Amino acid sequence: MSQETLQTLTWLIPAGPLLVFFLIVLFTRNNRTLSWVLAWAGVIGALVLSWTIAFHMFGTYLNDDITHPHELLEHPVQIASSIDWLPIGDYANNTWLQMGVSVDPLTAVMLFMVSLAVVMIFIYSVGYHNYGKPPGTVKGTPNHGKEEPMFSRFFALMSLFAGAMLLLVVSDNLLMLFIGWEIMGFCSYSLIGFWYARDYHLKPGDIPHIPPRQAAVKAFMTTRVADVVMLLGIVYFYRTFGTLNFSQALSAGSLEHAAMEIGVGMLGVMALLIFTGTVGKSAQWPLHVWLPDAMEGPTPVSATIHAAAMVSAGVYLIVRIFPLISVAIEGSGAGWVIAGIGAFTALMAATIAVAQNDVKGVLAYSTISQLGFMVAAIGIGAYIAAAFHLITHAFFKALLFLASGSVIHGMEHGAEHVHDHHTDPQDMRYMGGLRHKMPITFWTFLIGGMSLSGLPLVTAGFWSKDEIFADAWYVWNHDGNVLGIIVFVMLALAAFLTAFYTTRQISMTFLGKPRTPLAEHAHESNGFMTFPLVILSIFAVVAGWVGIPDNFLGTEGTFVNMYHHFVGATIEEPIAELYELHLVGHEIGTLPWSWVPLITSVVVALGGILVGYLVYGRKPLTKDQQDPLIRPLGPLHGFLQNKWYWDELYQAVLIRPVVYFSEVVVFEVMDKGIIDGIIHLVARVIYAIGQGAKATEEAVFGRAVDWVKDQFLSMTREVRQLQTGKVQEYVLVSGLIAAALAFMIIFLINYGWSEQILNWFQ
Amino acid sequence: MIPLSWYLLVAALLFSIGLYGVMVRRNAVAILMSVELMLNAVNINLIAFWRYGSVLSPAADTPTTGWAWAIFVLTVAAAEAAVGLALIISVYRRRDSVIAEELDLLKN
Repeated sequence: MSQETLQTLTWLIPAGPLLVFFLIVLFTRNNRTLSWVLAWAGVIGALVLSWTIAFHMFGTYLNDDITHPHELLEHPVQIASSIDWLPIGDYANNTWLQMGVSVDPLTAVMLFMVSLAVVMIFIYSVGYHNYGKPPGTVKGTPNHGKEEPMFSRFFALMSLFAGAMLLLVVSDNLLMLFIGWEIMGFCSYSLIGFWYARDYHLKPGDIPHIPPRQAAVKAFMTTRVADVVMLLGIVYFYRTFGTLNFSQALSAGSLEHAAMEIGVGMLGVMALLIFTGTVGKSAQWPLHVWLPDAMEGPTPVSATIHAAAMVSAGVYLIVRIFPLISVAIEGSGAGWVIAGIGAFTALMAATIAVAQNDVKGVLAYSTISQLGFMVAAIGIGAYIAAAFHLITHAFFKALLFLASGSVIHGMEHGAEHVHDHHTDPQDMRYMGGLRHKMPITFWTFLIGGMSLSGLPLVTAGFWSKDEIFADAWYVWNHDGNVLGIIVFVMLALAAFLTAFYTTRQISMTFLGKPRTPLAEHAHESNGFMTFPLVILSIFAVVAGWVGIPDNFLGTEGTFVNMYHHFVGATIEEPIAELYELHLVGHEIGTLPWSWVPLITSVVVALGGILVGYLVYGRKPLTKDQQDPLIRPLGPLHGFLQNKWYWDELYQAVLIRPVVYFSEVVVFEVMDKGIIDGIIHLVARVIYAIGQGAKATEEAVFGRAVDWVKDQFLSMTREVRQLQTGKVQEYVLVSGLIAAALAFMIIFLINYGWSEQILNWFQ
Repeated sequence: MIPLSWYLLVAALLFSIGLYGVMVRRNAVAILMSVELMLNAVNINLIAFWRYGSVLSPAADTPTTGWAWAIFVLTVAAAEAAVGLALIISVYRRRDSVIAEELDLLKN
């Protein structure tokens, strides 16, 4: 394939789903079948194109020496194409903002994963929204068991979402990445709030829920806060490097120049500013609060947002700008901040997940926790491990979400059967025994859950988590960095809890006997929903085997960590050059083998599964039995179940003052009082001036006019006296005048003035 | 012959008396009579000038203008008197009065 064909194909990858969005919105809004067929066409087209590009890259790798791919090391960016988009004010230098695509190994694996996950989710959505069943009638709330009335809208927004994620993945500069980022932010708002008319009437003892439209606003606002800071970081980035293009700005020479110009400390600030975007988008503490409430959206939305796309975008960003972060870690405390936030989030979310009763809630906190793993990995400089865990996590988390949606569907079907619409079908306390009712869902959920827990050797999650542990241990052991051991211990604890709560979830949902009639009457979901589960579960197992460490178990030459060499080639050269310049701590190389991380990850995984089984699985919960953790943990359980009260804290400390400020200070005092007051004052002044003018006019002009009138009247009154109506007086007057005239003329003629008179008459 | 100026004087005197009468008399009929006086004074003037025009020029060729004009004036005076009396009768019928002072509808 020629370079140009590949470039065109790369540009077309996000174009398909974006175009489908417009087509559905404009043309097929009322036709459900056409909408999902178009949506499928869009994402399957994107899948075909993505896999073509990805496999082209894989081919380049595999044709080379797979332990040392020279071609990729020298030219990681295999496909690049960009166009000038917006001219910026610097006309002298003719700089333009660019739109461009570039494909390097990291992009290739992301394309592979994202397109596959999205296609699976789209296939699943057709079944999830009950296509083919009797049509639902109420728009804006879920119509259980009936076809979703807003079917087309769903697929339009999901296509936009997929298009935005693909746009973000193939982009070659921060600006286009940010554009995709923001489009996804909007889509998350619309899709979380998909059932906009849904309201909850909660009874005590129910799982607390906020209505979807509030959850949508919460998600958007929280990520928006992060995006503003991130934009600052991007602007600073542009200011420092003069370009937003990744390969140009993050090359060794460019970073060295920047380090000399603004200092490594400021580079750390820049890295942290951009990292804030990840904190928001990938739901790290303190901006994690939106993710559990985002469960209000339909399950395919949760799968997309929390597995395949949005949260992955956050981690993808910091993986992309890793050279900058690497320099920042070495030269400033940025690494402590990033890894600290990541590790803390991982542990905190894991503890909360232990006490959640909503099946999707457990998965939400699990996502936050796993993202914490990835962020912590970046914080200690483990580039490959973070990227690896991102990919494997996407697979098994998407699988878990889709499977949980299948479970919820089964429970809702049971609810329809027994006409019980008050029991929450998502509450795990009301499930049980679904293993026999929904076997495919059970086995795929089990595979996904074990992958999440990190069951050794056979699941993908094990390999990626193990690599993070290995990196953390290396940083502590080899470099003597305390951060390493802190991260190691916290993540180990989080992994233990992960395995524990996952086993708890599986036991409560599937094992034992059904605890309510809903669970009794549940049945397996249709083919649209189970097919993606099976496909994803295959990947949840297999995806890890490309990342077996080179020197696994101390061997040499038996295994090749293809993932490491492939993805590492993206930045191996720049990092090596930076290492020479002493700007980064260590290179992207194979870590020396150590048994400690392996044993740790095996122990925590198996230990967590075992403890979970002992508490929840061996004697599965019966109908009215309380959660066995409540008594031993005591008040701690309440603390965990209420999510460490972060929402309440934010409400009291942040939201209420702001609302008070806006409602009272700005609205009442400033807006109504001051601004309206000024306007009223102006109005009153002008009115008074008007009054004054009116009075003046009346006084002055009125009087003047009146005087004229009076004069005139008196004149006429006097003149009127001439008209008596008596003819004789008229005769008298005219006679007198005639006599006077005649006398005058005779008199004048006598005195010889006739000449002058005649002249005058001429 | 007696001088022309005597005739003119008489005419002027008559005219003045007539004018005086128009201005002073209360009764409308009397005013009309005074107007007749004025007109006849004018007639005297006209005839006098006609007669004495022939003295100044040869007697055989005096134009007829003088006495023809006087006949016109006489006729017109008569017609006017008739009309005036008719008006006075009509006014009397409406207002029961012929005193000129009281006919002041055009006042103001």
